[in-house]
Order: sequence, then C-alpha cells, then structure tokens
Amino acid sequence: MKNDNVIGVNDLTKSYGPILAVDHISFDVKEGEIFGFLGPNGAGKTTTIRMMVGLTQPSSGTALVDGHDILKEPVEVKRTIGLVPETSNLYSELTALDNLIYQAELYGVPRKERKNRGFHLIEEFGLKEHQDKTFQALSRGLKRRLTIAAALVHNPKILFLDEPTTGLDVMSARGLRKLILDSKKKGLTIFLTTHYIPEAESLCDRIAIIVKGKIRIIDTPENIKAQVKETEILEIGLDRITEDLKNKLLFMEGIEKILIAENRIRFQTKSIDQVTPHIIKRIEEQGAKIKSINTLSPSLEDAFVTLTGLDSELMKIDKPVKGGPE
Amino acid sequence: MDEIKKSYFIAKKDMGTYYLKPPLISWGLMLPIVFVLAFYFRNPIGIKDVVPGLIGMTLLFSSTSMAAIVITFEKRIGALERLLLAPLEIRTILFGKTLGSSVFGLVITIVITIFLIPIIGLSINYPFSFSLIIILSGIAFSLLGILISVGVKEVFEAMTMSNFFRFPMIFLCGVFFPVSSMPFPLPILSYLLPLTYTVDGLKHCLLEDKGIIPLSLDLLILLGFVILLYGLSLFIFKKRIRQEF
Repeated sequence: MKNDNVIGVNDLTKSYGPILAVDHISFDVKEGEIFGFLGPNGAGKTTTIRMMVGLTQPSSGTALVDGHDILKEPVEVKRTIGLVPETSNLYSELTALDNLIYQAELYGVPRKERKNRGFHLIEEFGLKEHQDKTFQALSRGLKRRLTIAAALVHNPKILFLDEPTTGLDVMSARGLRKLILDSKKKGLTIFLTTHYIPEAESLCDRIAIIVKGKIRIIDTPENIKAQVKETEILEIGLDRITEDLKNKLLFMEGIEKILIAENRIRFQTKSIDQVTPHIIKRIEEQGAKIKSINTLSPSLEDAFVTLTGLDSELMKIDKPVKGGPE
Repeated sequence: MDEIKKSYFIAKKDMGTYYLKPPLISWGLMLPIVFVLAFYFRNPIGIKDVVPGLIGMTLLFSSTSMAAIVITFEKRIGALERLLLAPLEIRTILFGKTLGSSVFGLVITIVITIFLIPIIGLSINYPFSFSLIIILSGIAFSLLGILISVGVKEVFEAMTMSNFFRFPMIFLCGVFFPVSSMPFPLPILSYLLPLTYTVDGLKHCLLEDKGIIPLSLDLLILLGFVILLYGLSLFIFKKRIRQEF
C-alpha cells in the first residue's frame, strides 16, 4: 500500500461453497478520491464491501483500511469508516435525531458533542423539518439521506456507500449525488458500489469494473473510455425498431456491437465510413424511417460493453427490494 | 469502561424501543399477570405457597420474551447489522442485549412482587439474597432467550421456540408442584434447569421453606448458569454472525 492510499486490498476472495463470489481481487484506494466499484447485480460488489468493513469473513486474502488489517483489527477498522448499506437500516421507532444521537453513542462521540453533531448533520442533509419524525415515517429518499448522515456522525475518514441511489426517484438521486460530491470536497475518501454507469462516470475519480467476482479494469473514466478510442459510434434514431430489423442489423460485417435503447440504435464500429451506407440501406429495406443520425465519441457505457462483453441493459436491472425498512 | 458504557446505551435504546411491542406485552407481561390473578381469585390464602413460583415464572417469561423480541426484530429489519458495524466487541453487544432484557424482566418482577407481598401478607426474609436471586435469574433467563432466538428469523418463531422451553420449565421446576413430589426421573430434568434454583431460592426468602438445597447453593448454581449461558450465547452468537453476515 502506497503512502497516499487509505485502502489496500490484496488477493481478497470469498466463496460460498462452490460459488466464487469474489475472485482474488486486489486494488488500492487513494486518500480523498471517490473510488467506484461498477458491475451488474451479483458481480461481487456488496460482498467486497462487506469484507472490507468487517461484516463478512474473507475466504482468503486481506485488506488494510487506514493502516488497519480487516482481519486482525476489525474494531479499529470500524472506528475509521462509515458504511451506508444497500438497505437503509436505522431504527424504525427512533426519530431522525435520536437515530443520529444513538449512533454517536455507539461510536464513542463525547457526550457534549453528540447533540451538536446530530443537529449539524440534520441541517447539512436537509432534514431539519423531519428531525422529530420516526425513521419509519420518512420517505425512501429521506431515509437514505439519514442513513448517510448516521454513517458520518463519528467523522470517519472513509465512507463506504453500497448502491447509494438504488430505488430512489430522479430528484432524490440527484440530491444524494450532490451530497456525495460535497462530502468528497470536505476531504472524505469515498468507496461506492453502483450498477448505474452514468452514476459511476459522474461521481468517481477512478472506477473498477467488476464482473463475476473478478476485476476487469481499474482506471479513471477517461482512461477507460480511451481503451475503446479507435471505436466509433454511430447513433441512428428510428420511428420504430422491429425484431426483424434488429436481427438484420446484428450480424452485419464491420459492426462490433449494437446497443438499442428505445427507438435509438448505437453501432460500435472501427470503420464508420464504410458501414454507414450499408446500415442505412438495411434500415430502408425494412421500411423503417430514419429520424436522426449522429456520430459520437465512445461513452463509458460503450467502453463497459466492449470491455466486459455484457449487455449494458443488464446494468439497468435493480435488485429485488428486500423486506424491512428502506 | 468504554465498552460498559456502550452496553448501557444498547440496553437503554432497547428498553425505550421494544417495551411496547405486542408480543412482549402478551408473553412478557399479560401471561404472568393472568396467572397471578387466576391463582389469587381461585384461592387468596393458598396462593402463598405458589408465590415464589409465580415470581420465578414472571421473571422467566418477561426476560426471555424481551431478549427474543430484541434479537429477532433487529435481525429482521437489519438493525443488528448496524451494531455489528459499530466499533463494538461482540461481547459488548451481547452484554447490552442481556442487560436490556434483564432490566425489563426485573422491573416487571419487582412490580408484581410489590403488588403480591403486602396483599398476601408475606415478607422478604433475606432481602439481599432475594435481590441476588432475581438478578442472577433475570440474567440467566435473558441469555436463554438470546440463545433460543439467535437461530431463528421471525419473532413468532422465537416465541414458539421459547415456549418449547418455558412451558416444560413451569411444570418441572417447582413453580406449582414441589420438585420432591415428582415421580422419577422428572427431578433429574428439574435439576438441569435454572428456574428450579430460582424458585427454590425464592422459597427460602419468602416462605422460610428449607427448599431442596441450601440458599447459598441455589445462588452458586444460578451464578454457574449465568457463566455457562453467557459462554454458550457468546459462542453461538459469534458462530451465527459468521454464518449469516
């Protein structure tokens, strides 16, 4: 682990019987950065986070969190970090403020400071008018905010966020992303997992793409996109996309991948000038009308698809909501 | 010291949060009260002989019910995970949960004792031993409740499992019938259960009954149960956490 690294993961592995959930992964997280773990559901993101915070015992390998070994000094690790689990799991009968004060008690925050910290976080997270409401009475977005506030009550050095915006409406998710960026500005190191590619792109300084328990690549979003820089994107908007048209376009020569979203088709190719006339011809043969046509630089989504071989639609699937309060 | 303080915070939160939960009111409060009232109205004079048993039973039901509710409810809503995330030793969490359940059991027991003793005209012969008996028993029963509930997911499962132990204990531990009058081999089972020594000790303190064993031995055995159940609960609790988290 280099000096400016606050997390160093070495060969971490977790298996559940014959299933290898996390497969010998290694990476470092630098102080003050937002490091994202990007992958589809079931890729091993949550298992990794749980091992790093001492909730799950690794099968092999280890990690240092702020210089503390997760296996030998789990209590010290917990003192240094704050975790926001995928499910907002504060105490349903306690009020927003009491939840924060209780967390402060458990983390050993001095008595005189507990209330002040609680009030400060309530203010900072825009929960002032909800501070006396019980946790169960809050909306999903507010519960998420409060859960993040609770993870910060002891002033941790590192914040772990497991799928922070899953299940939130657009406005709540946007507000939460702003709070995450604000926390980074205050010097907090943030490790987050997500299956939303645009979220990883907009928030993270560096991203590790994880698929089936293995890390495929770790780099900045720009560098990951640069991996597919020779690839060009042709985006065509159509009035309709039939199954027949889809099948006709899928196996065209010179096309590496196609992505379909609503009535738009994105073609990844290394020879855009040659393939474009053929694509247009195929579309017209199928009787579809072209509404728009653009050439684009590869996005992180395109890079993700190229590097992992996965369909980016897979990344849009949320996990089923578990029981208990959200 | 820091860990004791944190155990206290856990216990305080549990008592404030769970004492009005319906399963706790029905199993931890209503059931012992109904038993006491039923015995009192049936025979206001004869109730005297079963008062130690009723007090012991009250302590058993209230402490185990609180422990079972706290553990299963927090497991179900994911709040137990929050405790595991905090910089706490497992023993601190266990101690906090035991403390909350024991205090709840003791409060209910003391209220019922205060109500019973003057009405029936009993006196506590050895107040210090009486206090020790109910404190040690409350801790032992809370640990028993934790031990039972740590392996189940739902509150009703914890209650069913608890009753699997609690109801036989009522009949085997001298609550209503003296252990000495039970046919062989039932007394062997009785001697393996902590409630036997709670009831026996309370008989010494309230009835001037010589009991089946001396009062000091009752206290010593109850202490042994506390140590044994604590060790066992800690071991099982750690094991279940490793399996479930």
